[in-house]
Amino acid sequence: MAVTTGTQLVKETTRVLAPGQTAGGIDDSVNTPVLSGKTPMWWWIGFGISAALLGLYLVSVVNLVTTGTGIFGNNMPVAWAMPIINFVWWIGIGHAGTLISAALLLFRQPWRTSINRFAEAMTIFAVVCAGLYPILHLGRPWVFYWLLPYPNTFGMFPQFRSPLAWDLFAISAYATVSLVFWYVGLIPDLATLRDSARSRFQKLLYGALSLGWTGSARAWGRYMRAYLLLAALSFPLVLSVHSTIAMDFAVSQLPGWNNTIMPPYFVAGAVFAGFAMVLILAIPLRRAFHLRSVITMRHLDNAAKLLLGTGMIVVYGYGIELFMAWYSGVEFEVFMAYNRVFGADHGWAFWLLIMCNLVAIQPLWFRSVRQNPIALFVISIIVSIGMWLERYVIIVVSLTKDFLLSSWFNYVPTFWDWALFAGSFGLFGTLFFLFIRLLPSVATSEMKEMVHHDAHHGSDYYETIRGSYHGEGGRA
Amino acid sequence: MPQYFPPNTNAFVRWALLGGGAFTVALIVALPIYARTMNNAVGVPVEQPIAFAHNLHATQLGIDCRYCHTSVEVAASANVPASETCMTCHSQVRVGSPQLAALWTSWEADAPLEWNRVHDLPEYAYFNHSAHITNGVGCSTCHGRVDQMEGIWKNEPLTMGWCMECHRAPERFVRPRSEVFNMAYQPPSDQLTLGRELVAAYHIDTEKLISCSTCHR
Ligand code: HEC
Ligand code: HEC
Ligand code: HEC
Ligand code: HEC
Ligand code: HEC
Repeated sequence: MAVTTGTQLVKETTRVLAPGQTAGGIDDSVNTPVLSGKTPMWWWIGFGISAALLGLYLVSVVNLVTTGTGIFGNNMPVAWAMPIINFVWWIGIGHAGTLISAALLLFRQPWRTSINRFAEAMTIFAVVCAGLYPILHLGRPWVFYWLLPYPNTFGMFPQFRSPLAWDLFAISAYATVSLVFWYVGLIPDLATLRDSARSRFQKLLYGALSLGWTGSARAWGRYMRAYLLLAALSFPLVLSVHSTIAMDFAVSQLPGWNNTIMPPYFVAGAVFAGFAMVLILAIPLRRAFHLRSVITMRHLDNAAKLLLGTGMIVVYGYGIELFMAWYSGVEFEVFMAYNRVFGADHGWAFWLLIMCNLVAIQPLWFRSVRQNPIALFVISIIVSIGMWLERYVIIVVSLTKDFLLSSWFNYVPTFWDWALFAGSFGLFGTLFFLFIRLLPSVATSEMKEMVHHDAHHGSDYYETIRGSYHGEGGRA
Repeated sequence: MPQYFPPNTNAFVRWALLGGGAFTVALIVALPIYARTMNNAVGVPVEQPIAFAHNLHATQLGIDCRYCHTSVEVAASANVPASETCMTCHSQVRVGSPQLAALWTSWEADAPLEWNRVHDLPEYAYFNHSAHITNGVGCSTCHGRVDQMEGIWKNEPLTMGWCMECHRAPERFVRPRSEVFNMAYQPPSDQLTLGRELVAAYHIDTEKLISCSTCHR
């Protein structure tokens, strides 16, 4: 391996790969921080904050288990409040990973390569945070296995006509496939780490995890086939998981929930939220790890375009929901729409949502904004808040005022609602900080393939066109 | 590529995978079997303050169940008899027996005997004896041959699955009303035909039987 310390190109570039990269340079810039014995201060600070929040999460869970769901603000008819909002929010974030790794791989988008690894990690950690919510919300989390179809002593199977039962399968399938896909992708990179490992801990960790990878042509051939198959397997999941979650709402009888547009509009919302989170993580990461030569302006620009595109689909969804409420002529639907937009208790949430998800993304039409990391970071945070509000509007505002005046109820989250939510960031952050410290956050083997391609064949057709569009030459 | 692990690691991993798989399958099979057969106190005699013998009283002396369990036909609960019921005979029979000491104490102190419950559904499950007795479900279908028991124990697990087994197809178990207290009743060979006739004759509503709110009110 080359001993040069990585080509830490400070100049920003709009190419998928900064010019002048070498295979060794990629290894160095990605793997050096992982293998280094010294842990930077910012890592300890970030990890410390996350671990503290994780502590809050554990305290909330213990309180929830010992006291019961009464510690939350939910009560009939708002039985699904913060826990389900946060569940849908996290699972939405978990969408970008698979979209980037599987869908973009199948569509042969070369820019996916440098962001797919950490986006997949983000997906898995977000699914962990999401998946724990419905279980904690059960009231008696320790009997969660009752959800599974097994020969139980109740003589009952789960109700397969219920989307809540589909949820379980959708999420566990998604979690499993994402995990396997991520791990399989990691194997060659783990082997690279193993080969340059220094401490005994690293040797054993990466040696065991790389499963004796030899890097022979035969191994590579099989590996590539398996990877492609897994990509094909997980691609439909991008669409199915959030469609299933949308059906939890769409299949119900509640005005504001039972819309046929829910599944596609939820999927678009998930990609929207997911890319916002990818940007939130990528922008600091490329700075902290000096990865600006591999996670380039091109990636930020493309992610921003996806953000804008899916954002506009989501806003279209809001419009259709209101239109359908009016067009149906159903008294309850009309009232729901009126209450959502002008209601005294929660109207603010709708308008804030419009500010976040419609107004705040409009600057993304301009290339100068799309290629400004700070602006993108801020917009992505606003979008994440907006997507949380979207679920708040759908879940809480629809539930508080349903058919019967006598059962109206104003929902107010309690301290523990917020504590568990803040804590789930701790869970996510702790996992993510461990990930960036212990595993390579960029897929080095795939990057090296790109470096090779770039150096020997010049940029491909696609690259050339795009390069000239962005005002930069084709060849490295 | 450096060698960090001895060569037999491959074989070890392979066996570990196989073992792990086998263990998981075994666990998945074993847990439901355990829950269904061993964890439910079926056939385990329950200690009682007095060694009351159903076989002696119900079979040898031929006392009807309703002599002691008076409310079984008319109420949700089949009561366990009061000391007075025992005293109808035991004020005369075996008066000095040490076996009956607790009965006498209770009688003289005018305090009820504290029998230990054998069948005990959780409070959230509703059960009603009279609904079953008047619709042709015999004591022995649910309690087994109590009339032959020296002690007392559960004959069935009383799980929800067990209730549902009958509620989904009551025709497999119902008998003529006249046979409900016949502990030795054997279902005829054409039980299904007879069962269907009886289900129709007693107007047993099979839709209602499997809806959650029948038992969880
Ligand atoms: C002489 C009175 C008497 C007669 C007759 C009698 N029982 Fe009992 N039964 C008792 C007493 C006392 C108990 C509670 C203590 C025990 O069983 O050891 C009891 C308990 C039971 C129990 C268990 C109750 C529990 O705690 O869950 C069942 C079931 C039962 N009897 C069924 C029957 C049936 C069926 C018959 C008719 C064949 C019958 N009994 C006849 C007195 C009687
Ligand atoms: C219909 C009359 C009758 C009733 C009612 C009755 N018994 Fe008895 N019981 C007898 C007779 C008769 C014997 C004695 C049989 C023998 O001598 O072998 C007996 C025997 C017993 C014995 C055995 C005593 C010994 O010394 O071996 C016990 C214990 C007993 N009964 C408990 C009860 C209890 C408790 C009740 C009330 C739930 C009860 N009996 C109700 C008639 C009755
Ligand atoms: C459909 C099944 C079934 C049938 C038939 C049945 N029982 Fe029960 N029995 C039960 C169950 C279940 C319990 C427990 C009830 C509870 O815990 O609330 C019980 C409890 C009892 C008890 C304890 C007191 C009580 O009610 O909790 C007695 C005594 C009893 N049964 C006697 C009888 C007798 C006598 C008959 C026949 C006339 C009979 N049972 C028929 C299921 C049945
Ligand atoms: C062997 C058959 C059988 C078993 C076992 C059985 N049931 Fe039933 N059950 C019936 C029949 C038959 C009816 C009568 C239905 C009717 O009234 O139309 C009934 C009716 C009922 C009812 C309705 C009472 C009403 O309001 O009309 C309840 C509640 C009930 N069962 C509870 C239970 C529970 C709880 C269990 C298990 C602990 C159980 N049953 C076990 C056969 C059974
Ligand atoms: C025939 C009566 C009956 C019907 C009908 C019935 N149950 Fe039950 N259920 C029971 C009994 C008895 C128990 C307690 C015994 C056990 O745990 O197995 C129980 C226990 C349960 C429990 C476990 C509660 C706990 O905390 O342990 C759940 C959950 C449950 N039932 C759900 C349902 C649902 C959902 C339905 C409708 C699809 C249903 N039951 C219909 C009788 C019934």
